[in-house]
Amino acid sequence: MNTRERDILLKGIGVSPGIIIGKAYLFAPSEIEVSTILLSSEEEIKHEINRFKLALGKSKEQLLAIKKEIKRKKQKEARYIIDAQLLILEDNLLLKGIIDTIREKKIDAASAVKVAIRRLSRSFNDIEDGYFKERKTDIDFIGERITRNILGRKRQDLSNIQEKSIIVAHDLSPADTANLDTRVVMGFVTNAGGKTSHTAIMARALEIPSVVGLEKVTLEAESGETIIVDGTIGVVIIRPTAETLRKYSEKKHYYEQLEKELFQFKELPAETPDGFRIKLLANIELVEELSSIREHGAEGIGLYRTEFLYLNRKELPSEDEHLSIYKKVIKKIAPYPVTIRTFDLGGDKFLSRPDLAEQMNPVMGLRAIRFCLKEISIFKTQLRALLRASAFGELKILFPMISGMKEMYQIKEILSELKAELQKEGIAYNPDIKIGIMIEIPSAATIADLLATEVDFFSIGTNDLIQYTLAIDRVNEHVSYLYNPLHPAVIRIIKKVVDAAHSHGIAVVMCGEMAGEPLYLPVLLGLGIDELSMNPLCVLKIKKMLRSISYQESQGLFNMLDQFTTATEIEHFIKSKMGKRLPEYLNRGLSEI
Amino acid sequence: MVEGRDKSTKYQEKTKTFVIRNELGLHLRPAGLLVKTANKYDATIIIEKDGMQADGKSIIGITALYVTRNATITITACGHDADQAIEDLERLITSNFTIS
Repeated sequence: MNTRERDILLKGIGVSPGIIIGKAYLFAPSEIEVSTILLSSEEEIKHEINRFKLALGKSKEQLLAIKKEIKRKKQKEARYIIDAQLLILEDNLLLKGIIDTIREKKIDAASAVKVAIRRLSRSFNDIEDGYFKERKTDIDFIGERITRNILGRKRQDLSNIQEKSIIVAHDLSPADTANLDTRVVMGFVTNAGGKTSHTAIMARALEIPSVVGLEKVTLEAESGETIIVDGTIGVVIIRPTAETLRKYSEKKHYYEQLEKELFQFKELPAETPDGFRIKLLANIELVEELSSIREHGAEGIGLYRTEFLYLNRKELPSEDEHLSIYKKVIKKIAPYPVTIRTFDLGGDKFLSRPDLAEQMNPVMGLRAIRFCLKEISIFKTQLRALLRASAFGELKILFPMISGMKEMYQIKEILSELKAELQKEGIAYNPDIKIGIMIEIPSAATIADLLATEVDFFSIGTNDLIQYTLAIDRVNEHVSYLYNPLHPAVIRIIKKVVDAAHSHGIAVVMCGEMAGEPLYLPVLLGLGIDELSMNPLCVLKIKKMLRSISYQESQGLFNMLDQFTTATEIEHFIKSKMGKRLPEYLNRGLSEI
Repeated sequence: MVEGRDKSTKYQEKTKTFVIRNELGLHLRPAGLLVKTANKYDATIIIEKDGMQADGKSIIGITALYVTRNATITITACGHDADQAIEDLERLITSNFTIS
């Protein structure tokens, strides 16, 4: 171990936040080597068929036991997967396929299983739909289980982990996690997977850190080695040096202290010492994130991004599918309000319509509302579902990427058309549903006074607004240093939007990253923003800051910003005023190691 | 069930066409329910989609047919209890696989 390289840093997708340092447990059920034996007599053939049948019975017993365990733990989705695997086990296509192979090819049972499984898997290869393609994995899992039972080789099992460990695996299936003792598992890191894979869902349910999509973590880490998992930023460090370990232990300790301290603020109102209240809301994009919202003290959802409903699938989501998800979100968050944004995607994201995918530069191209107004039927499906969902609780609709009044007129026409349709069909909806628009394009900010007459609220998307205002591509490392939310132009443009909104009596929400940064809070208060919507994990730290600065003080501070001409000066000024008060937040960034 | 009945004289064949309405088509869960229902009957159950056929008692066969939402499938049942089988399957499909 000493000769191996230290401090291997792998980047993946952080799917469950938190930092953990612990011993790796490599869960890599090795490929089973099967050497083919040619059979020479009818007796041998019968013997192999019998071996196969015994293995089949054993596999079934094992799956039934897993099912029982899953049932006990109430993992509903996992149960369907095991149910399907049980049916596959009884499937004649498979059974007959294997027995025929033993007979016709005159080969041993394990080899016959391999041949038959490969043949069946192939029939799924042409299918593009992710959900159907996953069936191939189920068939492969079954094949492996039968083979192991034939050869009498146990699949490594997560149930016999004794020590507290971080599970390192290629991917985890419900059968793998069913017997897991949740008291010993500290985290999951996997080669495969995404935000919605079984591993990710399990990790969030268990509230343990997890990073997936690491590609080769099983090749780098060995059982017993120390690894660091940072689920917040999606980083895994294998065989850390003493120095890295020290730094990370410190960081971990620091965040744990911080979190403990912050949770004291959970039930306290979000208001300044002089009684100025501001709503703190959460941004989310996955239904699984819902539980973390109230937990972190947010008063509703200020931005539910619906892009995820469209990604990684062949078919567009149907109206009913939209509706059932929106209903779930609304019900879970009630009595607090939910703002759902119509999808902000470009044609390139629609796998089913490659003809729409050819345009370049999606940031300024055909995306969001522009795409919706071009592909009206896709847009209408979502809008109808949103209107129907409005009958179930306090729902607001938010439209992204508005650049001018013409889009506004078009949207409103479509909305009233859909409302009339629902009316006619006798389907319930809220006729007074509130609609708002994202202010993220400078042209919209400039005519905010006009737009304010058409909507019920504005939502400032600072990430894009700053990017477009300063003409900076954030992903371009050569110019990203110029990206600064405190640029005087950004402050002025936001001020103009807030003033226009307030003079028309409508509210302004801020939903970009700027809203979740404590340093900017006095500026946002000074600007007169009404609600802040942010990553749920930021809510408590903003609340703490809010409860320590008075509204009056923020106003005074804001009025002094006029004397500065650069973003750097403004930042220094704010830090000098605020830094002493909350040093723990201002002097270190979240992403800092 | 009446014991000792002569199956050959009661042989029936029944065919019915359905449009699959549930969200993800005949994926894992509904395909599983379909197989479980089909397994209750002696009749042979054949599911056909776009000229391809699968055994209605085979979950692998059914999922490999790749029946998505709004696809049309034809179910043929052959055997002494074909009528009941089709009736039962119809109940399952028209309930959008909510009964089991």
